[in-house]
Amino acid sequence: MLVPLSWLKEYVNIDQSPAEVADLLTNAGLEVKTIAYIGIPGADLVWDREKIILGQILQVEQHPDADKLVLATVAYGGEQPEVVVTGAPNLFPFVGQGDIRGRDLFSPLALEGATLYDGHKEGRKKTVLKGKPLRGIFNRCMLCSEKELGISEEHEGIILMVKDENSPVYQPGTPVQDLLGDAVLEIDVIPNIARCASMVGVAREYAALTNQPIQYPSYEVVMEGPGSGQERVTISTDEPELNPRFVAIVIEGVEQKPSPHWLQHRLRLAGQRPINVVVDVSNYVMLEMGQPNHTFDYDYLRQRADQYAPNGPIHIHTRLPRKGETLTTLDGTERSLLPYTILVTDAVGNLGLGGIMGGENSEIKPETKNVLLEAAAWNFINIRKSSTRLGLFTEASFRFSRGVHPSQALLGAKRGAELLRRLAGGRVVPGIIDYYPNPPQPVTVKLDLDYARRLSGLDLTGREMADLLQRLAFKADLHTDHLLVTVPDYRLDIEGGHDLVEEICRLYRYEEIPLTVLADTLPPQRGNHKLELEEQIKDALVQMGLQEVITYRLSSAGHEARLLPNSPPDDRPYVALTNPISPERSVMRHSLLASVLEVAAANSRYQSRIPLFEIGPIYLADEDAVLPTELARLALVLTGERVVRTWQQNQPELYDFFDLKGVLDGLWADLGLTVTVEPAVHPSFRRGRTARLLLGETQIGLMGELHPLVVEKLDLRVEKNQPVLAADIDLEAIYHRVPPARPYTSIPAYPAVREDLALVVRQDVAAAAVEQEIRKAGGYLLRQVELFDLFIGGNLPPGHRSLAYHLTYQANDKTLTDKDARKIRQRIIAQLERNLGAKLRE
Amino acid sequence: MLDELEKLHAEAQQGLHAAATSDDLSTWFRHYLAGKGQITLLTRQVGQLSPEERPVFGQQINVIKKELQTAYESRAEELKMAELEAVMAADTLDVTLPGRQPARGRLHITTQTLRQIYRIFGDMGFQVYRSPDVETDAYNFEMLNFPPHHPAREMQDSFYTNTPDVILRTHTSAGQIRAMHEYYPEPIRVILPGMCYRNEQITARSEIQFYQVEGLAVGHNITFADLKGTLTEFAKRLFGAKRQTRFRASYFPFTEPSAEMDVSCFLCDGKGCQVCKQTGWLEILGCGMVHPVVLRNGGYNPEKYTGFAFGMGPERIAMLKYGINDIRQFWGNDLRFLQQF
Repeated sequence: MLVPLSWLKEYVNIDQSPAEVADLLTNAGLEVKTIAYIGIPGADLVWDREKIILGQILQVEQHPDADKLVLATVAYGGEQPEVVVTGAPNLFPFVGQGDIRGRDLFSPLALEGATLYDGHKEGRKKTVLKGKPLRGIFNRCMLCSEKELGISEEHEGIILMVKDENSPVYQPGTPVQDLLGDAVLEIDVIPNIARCASMVGVAREYAALTNQPIQYPSYEVVMEGPGSGQERVTISTDEPELNPRFVAIVIEGVEQKPSPHWLQHRLRLAGQRPINVVVDVSNYVMLEMGQPNHTFDYDYLRQRADQYAPNGPIHIHTRLPRKGETLTTLDGTERSLLPYTILVTDAVGNLGLGGIMGGENSEIKPETKNVLLEAAAWNFINIRKSSTRLGLFTEASFRFSRGVHPSQALLGAKRGAELLRRLAGGRVVPGIIDYYPNPPQPVTVKLDLDYARRLSGLDLTGREMADLLQRLAFKADLHTDHLLVTVPDYRLDIEGGHDLVEEICRLYRYEEIPLTVLADTLPPQRGNHKLELEEQIKDALVQMGLQEVITYRLSSAGHEARLLPNSPPDDRPYVALTNPISPERSVMRHSLLASVLEVAAANSRYQSRIPLFEIGPIYLADEDAVLPTELARLALVLTGERVVRTWQQNQPELYDFFDLKGVLDGLWADLGLTVTVEPAVHPSFRRGRTARLLLGETQIGLMGELHPLVVEKLDLRVEKNQPVLAADIDLEAIYHRVPPARPYTSIPAYPAVREDLALVVRQDVAAAAVEQEIRKAGGYLLRQVELFDLFIGGNLPPGHRSLAYHLTYQANDKTLTDKDARKIRQRIIAQLERNLGAKLRE
Repeated sequence: MLDELEKLHAEAQQGLHAAATSDDLSTWFRHYLAGKGQITLLTRQVGQLSPEERPVFGQQINVIKKELQTAYESRAEELKMAELEAVMAADTLDVTLPGRQPARGRLHITTQTLRQIYRIFGDMGFQVYRSPDVETDAYNFEMLNFPPHHPAREMQDSFYTNTPDVILRTHTSAGQIRAMHEYYPEPIRVILPGMCYRNEQITARSEIQFYQVEGLAVGHNITFADLKGTLTEFAKRLFGAKRQTRFRASYFPFTEPSAEMDVSCFLCDGKGCQVCKQTGWLEILGCGMVHPVVLRNGGYNPEKYTGFAFGMGPERIAMLKYGINDIRQFWGNDLRFLQQF
């Protein structure tokens, strides 16, 4: 909401600078997002107080040598009036009228040397006014347009201000800064300050914060002449819950002309476009005191009444729509209606959407003279629902959907009628029609003093609290241990003591509340086992050179299906969004690996080395539960160059299966888990390069080289034959298997004996089986078994391979001799020969 | 014989001086001082001298021997140094050539920020509590005092799922009630990190998913002043001891009183810059005293318990700290971005 400070000053005294006002309001919860300065210090163009002043137009004559120019004689407080050459079209009507002093016509006058914006250039370019002849007549002053002063982009004519009993006092020579200079605050109206969605609302808050009185606008209305509004119009409703009050006033003989300058200027600064005085007054009242209102074409309503009550009153009725009913709103759109949208109707049909927008049929037309002014109260939830579902957001619905108290309806109607009388020349027909079927009860709240102190941390007396609340117009009666507080009707946000504590804190000022350390009992400290383990895994993987990623948890079935080429799709149900922003982000993922691969593919356009991992949840819809099961997964992807290429080593070495396996082995070692692998088959992975990871008997994941079709479908930009390694691990299967601590192995005091052993085995004997056999045969003295060579071909028998190991023997209590070693070695060879058909390699 | 000694002495001195390499020096040593060297041989001839001459000769030869030995050692040191210098001089590196970086991995920047937050609050007795991403409308809104069609719901555009009343949580506040149900009647100090989701267009400034860290403290005597104290302490530890905080009134349905906490801009020291939009303050978190309705929904009697809650965005904190101007970088996971942190 845009709040011009000049407008605010009509209701409350303001001595502070705009920045100070903004700070005070911001700290109290009315966040000022921006301050726009116009003409005053702080603005890009500050109007010179000596050289940009108010002038009164005394006479307008045609320029003798130019059709499109006039000569305006302007009094500005100097000894002689100044003759100004101007082409402003809005002065032409005054040509030849002689002395027009009596019209009280004023305009900002810039004297020679004043800095203005150039009205003829795009945007805002400053220029200094210099005297020069215009078609033979020397001109040293200028009457200004809004554009030249930086108020708006308007450059069609000069600013014309008429002095009358409703306008501010205009005097020739007054600095324009004092009349039109301003600071406009942009305030963020969050839901709990709906009461501040008006100038009066903000003024009230500022008055309370600065402990000053507020001057409300006058709600008196002069009604005279014949007739009675109450006899001409009656009102009823089907829905007193949705429409608790409906106030209407008949105004006759309004003249639809432009509004006076001061009113147009205020509307513009507040972000509204002036239309004509009838529309402008309606908007002005809403901006001023917060009550949205609507004007109907009275004669049109009367015509319709002739169909249903030729001799009776116009009858306005509010109700819910009938089946299939539609309404054309005044923006010209025909709308189908929601069953709960409240309508303003008569017996002929509908007239408008209650609280949101009027209908096209009954709107004010250029020839309209008589109007029916409506100010009503509507249920905020209902307006919110309707406005949201219809996609129709208006200034009225903005306020009604946040709550406007029914008390405001009568005030708004009176204020509007009086302004139409004064500014549009209307006659307010006596007899305000005030239909009020459902007045709300006043709200009284008991505030326990101890509770207030305990919640705020402020040691205030009941009296002090009452005083703070009274500044905000709460009525607070002090009792021994509590306050009994009556809430002002417009404060729809106050429900209980806690709300009053916030008001006390706000007025005490948040910044004055002390800083204290939590002194309350410390809860039991339990830690978070799963998180700690995840963090440990992340650290281990980072140490091994992998980069952590965090991906979108929203994915699509189509993307995840790319991981399963030539196989049936994942038929487990997804948690699917009903309002996704795009098909690519429409379901909660089933596969973390698919998400990490999406990131790997994106990076493959730029990177030759991609080592990634992520820990995150997948989501499995569960038919027996409302919420899905969220399961933690670990995914790893390695592809590209294993080491960072340097100027010394520029032949790329590519990651392969055993890099991934090594990373995982490192991880298991860190966690103290014994994980074994066995060959597996899975559609995501390349046959023969896929392994199942087993923790005891439990499968905890899969690893392998991605199937070439998967690489292709995921659009991973890799070299031909460049392996993409991936692992998908179920952390849920690991969390409770990680031992809290691992026993330490002492550092041996006696030297080790090392020797090599080369064996020839059939190719179908797994390396893991050979190693396991060696360890079994070697017994406790065999400390290390390390494969250092694998060889196929040469003079080996076909279908066989050679595996060569470094073996390390060591005892804790003595130095082993060659004889000891030989004994173990022979046992190993014998056992391998017997169990695996292995031979010592010659 | 003394003459012979003097001659030998002079000759040895000259020879030592002439030795240009370690090899020359070894030859010299063998020739004069070693077991079969000239000086040694001459020593052995002392017996041929008269008893009167012997002491004089013996003394003289010892002095010379010692002198040559010292000269030899210093010459040896000299030559060794010279030779090392020569070797080093012959094999220098262009030290301006690029170094070889080990292949490093890093934590995602959000994980790094989360860890800082965990550590600071951990020191104050707040432990990590996690709750689901996919939530019911009841936990995400209703029990947090957002009735249906409440205007505050509009501040958070939800993603709805194919199960009625099940949404993606819009804030980690959704976990507050879960924590209360789990811990009642114990006092509570937890932080709740987690991914949150909002139905917004993905732009440089808004994302459909983002992390949040919620905090919740419930006890018998927890005050708004405690909230200010705790969060100011946090801000000083995260952003630096010189930082100031500012609490201004705000609105959340699940807290009352509510506040926004701003931290004095750590880029301009509060003087005003582009990042803080010339205000000198950066908006860091929302907070407030737990609303009585929320306490009651969590099982805690609001007449006996009070509490505070707060929520912050680690991505926003990282963006401010590092001047990141596009939130899409976080889940884009471009390695060129991630490897900078």
